[in-house]
Amino acid sequence: MTDRRTRIEATLRERFAPVLVSVTDDSAQHAGHAGAAPGGQTHFSALVVSDAFVGTTRVARSRAAHDALAAEFAGGLHALALTLRTPDEHGAVTKR
Amino acid sequence: MSQTTTPAIAKIQSDIAVNPVMLFMKGNALFPQCGFSARVVQILTHLGVKFHTANVLEDAELRDGIKSFSQWPTIPQLYVGGEFVGGCDIVTEMYQSGELETLLAEKGIAHAPAA
Repeated sequence: MTDRRTRIEATLRERFAPVLVSVTDDSAQHAGHAGAAPGGQTHFSALVVSDAFVGTTRVARSRAAHDALAAEFAGGLHALALTLRTPDEHGAVTKR
Repeated sequence: MSQTTTPAIAKIQSDIAVNPVMLFMKGNALFPQCGFSARVVQILTHLGVKFHTANVLEDAELRDGIKSFSQWPTIPQLYVGGEFVGGCDIVTEMYQSGELETLLAEKGIAHAPAA
């Protein structure tokens, strides 16, 4: 079985055809608190830079990502910190 | 959005209608029980805005209810002026960009950011 980080990344890649995608497993930082499972793989963060986000609101972007990852949320994914940017937005942030 | 109005949903609708800034979170403002909830409390406190909270850990129906009501799978969730703003990531981004203050001003919600 592939790990959840790999699956999340593959799902985001498929859904948004991003120019940049990066998924981090932060579960170790949350070990022991509510929502953390003994095996980890509960808390993740993801950066996705994609043209798919052009002209959409923050809430719409997150909803699209939540929707794509619904099976993971149903299967024990507890927290997913999302940074969802258009290429222009990402360029502006990284140049600062 | 079609959904049955359970007592939990009715309470959510009332909470967001009555309270201009309403935060559904884990724990309460004094004792947040999750780092993401804590961060949103910190931001609202820093902006000097009066807000109300509901603790989803005390009420399983509320916890499920708010997720289905907002169509949003995670906690915390912030409502301003009866409208869903987002969770921790969105609130943090909007705070950093100044959009959160703009939103509060647009909704006529008093706030006094610390210098």
